[in-house]
Amino acid sequence: MITTTDVTGFLGARRGRSGLHWTDWLSYTYLAIGVMLVLLPIFWMFMSSIKSPRALVENDPRLLPYEQVTTPAPDGQRQLNVFELTRPDGSKADVAFVGPRGANARVYELGKPGDIFEAPRTALSRKDVISPRWENYTDPTIGSTQSRTFNFLRYFWNSTFVTVVATLMTLVVNAMAAFALSKYKFRGRDAIVLVIVATLLIPPTVILVPLFMTVSSLGMLNSLWGVIIPAVATPTGVFLLRQYMLTIPDELLEAARMDGASEWKIFWRIMLPLSMPALSVLAILSVMWRWNDFMWPLIVLTQSEVFTLQLGLSTFKGELNDNMHYLLAMTVLTLMPVTLVFVFLQKHITTGIANTGLK
Amino acid sequence: MTPPSPAPTTASAPALNPVAWGWTMLGDVLDGPFRALQGHIGANRMAYVFLVPNLLVFGLFSFWPMILNFYIAFTGGQSVLLAERPFVGLSNFRELLDCPSYLDPRTCPVAGFSFWTGLWNTLFFAVVQVPIMIVVALVTAVVLNRDIRARGFWRAVFFYPVMLSPVVIAVIWDWILKRRGILNALLDDGTTAWNSLVGGPGYFGVLVAFGLLIGWPLGSLLARRVRTLPPWLLRLGCAVLAAAGLALLAGRSGLTLADYRPINWLIDTRSGWPMFWVIFVYTWGHLGFYMLILLAGLQAIPKDLYEAAEMDGTSKSRAFWRITLPLLMPTMIVVLVLSLIRAFQVFDEVYVLTGGGPGQATKMIIQHVYESAFIGDAKRYGIAAASSVLVAGLLLILTLGQLAATRKKAGG
Repeated sequence: MITTTDVTGFLGARRGRSGLHWTDWLSYTYLAIGVMLVLLPIFWMFMSSIKSPRALVENDPRLLPYEQVTTPAPDGQRQLNVFELTRPDGSKADVAFVGPRGANARVYELGKPGDIFEAPRTALSRKDVISPRWENYTDPTIGSTQSRTFNFLRYFWNSTFVTVVATLMTLVVNAMAAFALSKYKFRGRDAIVLVIVATLLIPPTVILVPLFMTVSSLGMLNSLWGVIIPAVATPTGVFLLRQYMLTIPDELLEAARMDGASEWKIFWRIMLPLSMPALSVLAILSVMWRWNDFMWPLIVLTQSEVFTLQLGLSTFKGELNDNMHYLLAMTVLTLMPVTLVFVFLQKHITTGIANTGLK
Repeated sequence: MTPPSPAPTTASAPALNPVAWGWTMLGDVLDGPFRALQGHIGANRMAYVFLVPNLLVFGLFSFWPMILNFYIAFTGGQSVLLAERPFVGLSNFRELLDCPSYLDPRTCPVAGFSFWTGLWNTLFFAVVQVPIMIVVALVTAVVLNRDIRARGFWRAVFFYPVMLSPVVIAVIWDWILKRRGILNALLDDGTTAWNSLVGGPGYFGVLVAFGLLIGWPLGSLLARRVRTLPPWLLRLGCAVLAAAGLALLAGRSGLTLADYRPINWLIDTRSGWPMFWVIFVYTWGHLGFYMLILLAGLQAIPKDLYEAAEMDGTSKSRAFWRITLPLLMPTMIVVLVLSLIRAFQVFDEVYVLTGGGPGQATKMIIQHVYESAFIGDAKRYGIAAASSVLVAGLLLILTLGQLAATRKKAGG
């Protein structure tokens, strides 16, 4: 009998026992299934992204990037598919497929193009080789494709520009405000803090229209600055940094003032370096937000020269289904930067987000 | 946040690190004007100077739009210039709310139809998605909080999709779910393989494997109660019994499946599959975040509570219901509020994955706002703003309700 005790016993923390309990097996099975659910889709997309366009059109369900061997036709005009022919006596030979005739296929043995004969189709099997197509990655990147709608390098540059500039601005602007709100006493300080924290409750998605009109009247439509500036003063950032700066002792600042440092120097040379842990959390969050941002760029940017990667990808996905190989490769390249950041700063990110509860 | 940690790199070795050196230089260059300003207004008023950039951006792009939104909701026309927008009173709201029946959006005016379709879809989405995600996130967090190997690895992998952009997530799953995609191929192959197995010699092997899978843990449980027989015998016995039972239950070929016909997961209009996958994909992308917060909440529960409970002879299940869950409640409330508010604003993933289709089956409320204002020839900013006001009101009620519930729970 399984009792509730046993089922929920699995949920309790198990400490200081040797060997694997059956609940451990259950835990590891659960985790393994979860990890497969997370990683397999991404892995499948990566494996698909190095397949040939033909394999993608044919929806080849094999994991590895197989491609059918081809050989130039005797007339030099086209490529012929190569099959493996199994003769009635069981011997095998590689043949080039010239054309169909009824239920049979007209083929010739490789190296003997003059000798075309008929063979039953059932005796033919595709001859495949594994050939990863790295060109999927390099072609659109260097712009050697005919596809005018997807200029990967331009989008990559736009995304990088938005991410880097917006993150730097976010850090400086919010750190300055957090410094003022944590280390000075002035009238209206608490009111400002309250207003800023209260806007944490107002979702940005519900002010799309007025924000659009403001940005438009400032002439920032179809400009990367229209994407960068509106979200620079994030309440999250001020809140995060202020909470941290409150823990930095005032005596440090007083000592610096005694030495004749200006307020700006105190901020730049003392507060910023000391706030590094909080700043790095905000920096990581900001990079994540900006690189992955979709909705706001979608509204502000309508001309393809200023598209970010995310906009380019979503447009590409909607329009060019015959260029699936490029779309998949570009998707992999788009997730690469955040993946690398995550792999190297994994511990930092997870502890930072767990501690602040912000994404 | 952890308290200030030792020696930040910038301060320690400015001469060696070019980035830190540049950083310091930049600060010194900017120091000139700021010092002059400080000479004019005094040290304490520098606080305002530090605040200005933030408040300027914040006021212009957050605070002002919030107020402006109310005004736009009462104006009509298609101009983006406020001066050219005629005041139309409640007409926008009337167009959204003037329905004989809210349950049937088709009875509404055009804008109302779109609004209520989106609202009901979003409500359905949130009501189904949030509980599922919280339960799965909680189970994952509890499992990760156990005494397991490589916890950091598991945690990182579960969290990883949170780092991905909604567009990337949508492309990945669209690629998997398309009609001739890998999921249909796998299901097709699986059906074929299973049917060729049924009745064949492999069938027996599968039944035995299943029997082992079910019987082995059962035997282990039984071994705790029954001390007279050796545990391995109990396990083996249970496995054999389970396999035999399965064989009897299934018959020799009773489990033959019908030939698999590929499903258009995201386009099929006659089934709930598009909504199912929208919920699945969204949960897939956001689970890790809530798992992480719950895990942090679990790790904050003092271990000695469990040790004390164990000494008192409290069972594991009782400890879970009486210690873990109550102490996790504050975190759970945070997670609930956050995930509900986010679920109500779902847009990116769904928009790229299904575009709101098939038909209007997965059209969410924010998509309605977006499309009213920015898609098509008629830019109905007034309708979009009025819808935003209603959504914001709904979100506010939701948040305040949650806060009140927390207060009550904490007080009682």
